[in-house]
Amino acid sequence: MQQTSLGNGGNGAAANVKTGAARYKAGVLKYAQMGYWDSGYVPKDTDILALFRITPQEGVDPIEAAAAVAGESSTATWTVVWTDRLTACDKYRAKAYKVEQVPGSTDQYFAYIAYDLNLFEPGSIANVTASIIGNVFGFKPLRALRLEDMRFPTAYVKTFKGPATGIVVERERLDKFGRPLLGATVKPKLGLSGKNYGRVVYEALKGGLDFTKDDENINSQPFMHWRDRFLNCMEAVNRAQAATGELKGHYLNVTAGTMEDMYERAEFAKELGSVIVMIDLVIGYTAIQSMANWARRNDMILHLHRAGHSTYTRQKNHGISFRVICKWMRLAGVDHIHAGTVVGKLEGDPASVQGFYNVLREGSNPVDLQKGIFFEQDWAGLPGVMPVASGGIHAGQMHQLLTYLGEDTVLQFGGGTIGHPMGIQAGATANRVALEAMVLARNEGKDIWNEGPQILANAAKDCAPLKAALDTWGEITFNYTSTDTLDYVPTPTPA
Amino acid sequence: MRVTQGAFSFLPDLTDAQIRSQIEYCLQNNWAVSIEYTDDPHPRNTYWEMFGNPMFDIRDAAGIMGELQSCRNTFPQHYIKLNAFDSSHGRESLRLSFIVNRPDKEPGFSLERREVGGRNLQYTTKSYAVERPEGERY
Repeated sequence: MQQTSLGNGGNGAAANVKTGAARYKAGVLKYAQMGYWDSGYVPKDTDILALFRITPQEGVDPIEAAAAVAGESSTATWTVVWTDRLTACDKYRAKAYKVEQVPGSTDQYFAYIAYDLNLFEPGSIANVTASIIGNVFGFKPLRALRLEDMRFPTAYVKTFKGPATGIVVERERLDKFGRPLLGATVKPKLGLSGKNYGRVVYEALKGGLDFTKDDENINSQPFMHWRDRFLNCMEAVNRAQAATGELKGHYLNVTAGTMEDMYERAEFAKELGSVIVMIDLVIGYTAIQSMANWARRNDMILHLHRAGHSTYTRQKNHGISFRVICKWMRLAGVDHIHAGTVVGKLEGDPASVQGFYNVLREGSNPVDLQKGIFFEQDWAGLPGVMPVASGGIHAGQMHQLLTYLGEDTVLQFGGGTIGHPMGIQAGATANRVALEAMVLARNEGKDIWNEGPQILANAAKDCAPLKAALDTWGEITFNYTSTDTLDYVPTPTPA
Repeated sequence: MRVTQGAFSFLPDLTDAQIRSQIEYCLQNNWAVSIEYTDDPHPRNTYWEMFGNPMFDIRDAAGIMGELQSCRNTFPQHYIKLNAFDSSHGRESLRLSFIVNRPDKEPGFSLERREVGGRNLQYTTKSYAVERPEGERY
């Protein structure tokens, strides 16, 4: 991996930082001269760190661009202000401390920036984001800007409560261990009446799924008001529980226009005995933290659907990487988040997706550039978030899903359950049998990556629904190139 | 009906050889295996009876299979499951749990609905078997 470092390691003099009266003379100074670039700065353990991908306008020096990002995301304005001198301004200035060219690019640079902990309100994603992705993203001297990664110090992590339930407690509460959980989104996502909708839930849960799910945009529409949906779904959940002797859940989407409406819906879900409620990312960071508090108070698992994220996560040169959203959501306190499938119909390069999963589930993350992890992150005991894999996946991919995504995940087969030629129950059974057969084989030490199709074929001998599923979808793949790819690739080393 | 709790209930009942491989997998991961049994398989019955403590010090699958056989001999018509406990930090919970014995006839559960205000319902799942006292159920 070749990197061109433009400034790191004691080259501070080049920026010609002004001090004293010269620094505060009315007028305009370069951001680097104002103190937002410090190549000699050693980040403190308590600093919040951010890595931006910057694409400066033509002719703009990358170091000055990095300093400008540091300035605009912390204390700076476009001109010198004397009121800085009333504050401990050196402390409050964010410092760009390292700038390097992005491997394989000519016009993009990685800028590392450190922020003092005192710049942020404890326990507030809204406050962090107002700084880090605030004004700075519209700043004219940059053609594009992307927030690639962040490091939150233990001191700041500890100001958040984290997931309302967490992976370990979710499994204990549901009494489900040793295998990924299975789910499906009810389809068609819009138009079903409450009674018909609950039918899909019942069939899928009785057939073997652990969860069914409202889609992101099913709230309270003319064809099905929310109370009717909740009542029918909970009838279905309870019937399926009695029929199988196994705990089941349906993600009741409580997303609504106001917090008051969301609280009302969540309370009703609780009254009906649901184990889980759901919200959409579009409700906003503050609403998400409020719902996480509610879920924690009411022993409820909180599922988050990442509706809207692709508007800012997908393009490589501008926006926010999804790994940063994962970090914010783990702090904010959700229990489930959709984080990609690798093999399904939606965007997601394998190493990037594994990086997201690590950020959500591990107790700490070492630097792993090949998975897009730029900073070491210690989660300081914060519980893990269960990643959800959803979108164009089917039973025939079970060996790939288990290999790529591991055990602590929810695999959601919507079309792959409801579209089964023998019916919804059969679709659910096919997925469950495929999953259990694959986990059993993996634990027995089989090479499931290579023997997967054979393991599925053998399991299908005892299970007609699985055979039908493999016959219907066995060959379906979605091989498209990702747009959000990684910059660091493994370099072959001589053996 | 068939109670589908546990990791492998949708597969044909595991053979002893298959159970043994799963135990070996648990031991390779340094998990402690335990045996639990019940005649009340209600989905929220968290505490099945322990057939002894988790076997922290038995590190060979044959020893655990021997314990399982003795549990089956004592409780042939009970549900029996194997659990694997992971004591590593950040987990400190079960990593695997699966049923290894079940009664010949599984009568299942009824669902009771209590009608409350409006269209609201309150649900209770009841096992048909627990109408009889413990030990006389299957």
